[in-house]
Amino acid sequence: MPRTRVGVFVCHCGNNIGGVVRVPEVVEYARTLPNVVYAEDNLYTCSEEGLSSIREQIREQALNRVVVASCTPRTHEPLFQSTCEEAGLNKYLFEFVNIREHCAWVHMHDPARATEKAKELVRMGVAKACYLEPQEEFESEVFPAALVIGGGMAGMTAALALANQGIKVHLVERGPHLGGLVRTVQTLFPTEQATAEVVHPLIARVSAHSEITLHLESEVEDAAGFIGDFDVSIRSNGELQDLKVGTIIVATGAEELRPVGLYRYSELPNVVTQLEFEEKFKTGAELPDSVVMINCVGARVPERTYCGRFCCSTAIKNAIWLKEQNPQTNVYILHRDVMAYGVDIEKFYRRAMELGVRFVRYDLESPPVVLGEGRAEAVRVQHQLMGRELDLPADLVVLTTPLVPREDNERLAQLLKVPLGGEGFFLEAHLKLRPIEFATDGVYVCGSARYPSNIPESVSQAYAAAAKASIPIGEGLVRVAAITAVCDERACSACGNCVEVCPFGAIELREGRFGKSAYVNTAQCKGCGCCVAACPSGAMQQRGFDDRQLLCMIGALAEEMTDGTAAP
Amino acid sequence: MAQQPPESGGNGFEPRILVFACNWCSYAGADLAGVSRLQMPASCRVVRVMCSARVRPEFVISALCKGLDGVLILGCHPGECHYSEGNYFTRRRGLLLRKLLEYVGIEPERFQVRWVSASEGAKFAETVEQVTEQIKALGPNRPGIGLSTDPTRR
Repeated sequence: MPRTRVGVFVCHCGNNIGGVVRVPEVVEYARTLPNVVYAEDNLYTCSEEGLSSIREQIREQALNRVVVASCTPRTHEPLFQSTCEEAGLNKYLFEFVNIREHCAWVHMHDPARATEKAKELVRMGVAKACYLEPQEEFESEVFPAALVIGGGMAGMTAALALANQGIKVHLVERGPHLGGLVRTVQTLFPTEQATAEVVHPLIARVSAHSEITLHLESEVEDAAGFIGDFDVSIRSNGELQDLKVGTIIVATGAEELRPVGLYRYSELPNVVTQLEFEEKFKTGAELPDSVVMINCVGARVPERTYCGRFCCSTAIKNAIWLKEQNPQTNVYILHRDVMAYGVDIEKFYRRAMELGVRFVRYDLESPPVVLGEGRAEAVRVQHQLMGRELDLPADLVVLTTPLVPREDNERLAQLLKVPLGGEGFFLEAHLKLRPIEFATDGVYVCGSARYPSNIPESVSQAYAAAAKASIPIGEGLVRVAAITAVCDERACSACGNCVEVCPFGAIELREGRFGKSAYVNTAQCKGCGCCVAACPSGAMQQRGFDDRQLLCMIGALAEEMTDGTAAP
Repeated sequence: MAQQPPESGGNGFEPRILVFACNWCSYAGADLAGVSRLQMPASCRVVRVMCSARVRPEFVISALCKGLDGVLILGCHPGECHYSEGNYFTRRRGLLLRKLLEYVGIEPERFQVRWVSASEGAKFAETVEQVTEQIKALGPNRPGIGLSTDPTRR
């Protein structure tokens, strides 16, 4: 066995880590640790520059262990592991130390303690790395079917994109029909096309596709398993049905905020939301003579800080529609800023102004007030440019509210073991680099489940999610991480504890060279390590998480205290 | 960033706590706390395991015997284990282990088992805060009062 030679690469992550943790000090410290023969810092270890430095140092310094101290293994471990492999180092000789999510970002105002903590984490990582062993991976088959949860624009598009590649798709929709939220919208911006013209052909194609199995009025009840082999149970009309799929796309959309308590909504009959306006007035109700729309209702406020992104476009669209029905209608849009982004929507905004829609800016300190007894009669607004209050007559007040996460998100997130962001929308693995993937392999997200998305955005995201979800199915095999359990039959007393606790029935007792002992079926082992902790004789171990590795991390953490050296 | 003087608790004691977090829920929850920039005491050092049930009781005893002030095991909520039932073992072992710790003279509060899901960044931060406060109140761990030697030392 050659001498252990550890290389440590500490990442600044731009200012993310380097702005809090004193990275050069951590590197200096790493150089003093046992078995560390090389240490350096990188502006971004995950950049090509950082990665080629790892490859170079593996060769030049003959490194046989690599430790990277940067972000989280949940997003970046595969990248660094494959970098090690490219330089001829078995990827299981790589150890990750998290000094960003678990250190710099949560101790931003305490650089001294953050630096000390980063040093300790590196010390623990190096200690474990010394005991790592090379491993061989196993391959496991991918079940050739996908699950799409949600039958709105995003879900239908993703399902079609998969099915057109010949992949079997289960499309689960909670409601009685496909189409999602957009079904309640009558016309679309900026083309002013009838929604039915866009959505109905898609529904027809999805419903008729031979590779798509539709599950209407169905909900995901339970989910278990891994990429390539998910067991999902859905409840349809009270009956449970089990599905086996290789990948999962979350396209559950979002819902319009009902602004109860704001601007006398739900108190006065003629105060409605944009979606209610679509449903009621664009389908034949008598049209009012003067309409005041209030934007940013319940959005960009302290309790809901995000921007609904396309609500401004929706208000502009409905204002234009009113002007087109009757040019004499007075239409006001009270806004805080108009988000008319992109190449087409700005033109649309200009068109509204040309048609005579009046835009009045208000601010959050003096919001508009809806006036009237029994029904809204006027809206009082502090006109910023005129510097005085105006009473705008109103037969109808339309409140523009953002989409909000579905209440069910929490439950679904728990089932699929994927995170939600602070606002309650699903959270992808990386905002910029992995925008439609979850950190959990084999699960993807698209459409308004992630954040309010209009149709073109939902469709592009759905294509992306379908492309990603089809890769493992196309490859047919996924490599299973070599973190499975293994039994040392010489130490095994065949007590059978491990057989009892294994959730997957992967262990059996067998007669062998050293008498009866436990035997792990690697194909069935999922690498939880339950059996290892249950083994009284230490015969059972988990690759990559064995007792020596974990105990020496504990030892490394405790070390400093027994030396008596204190933090600064 | 301007360097700030270290904040000190009532007695200036800053506990050091070893945390085992399962890969699927709690480690992801800890990541989410970071992504959300939730600030918390710099008391915890997280060791990633695939499942909370991987944590051998010896690890906890070893950490406390070596002088760490506390050990926290974090797993998925009961019923939501990625491996379907691992955290039930964790829960049962945890209860037994606390009794054992008490028996040998280590304050059982130094060892805690909590549940944090992948979507509960805020709960992770709260848990770190709470457990840090509790262990601060106990004061530094003085190993050797109960178990004189580390049983895991080989």
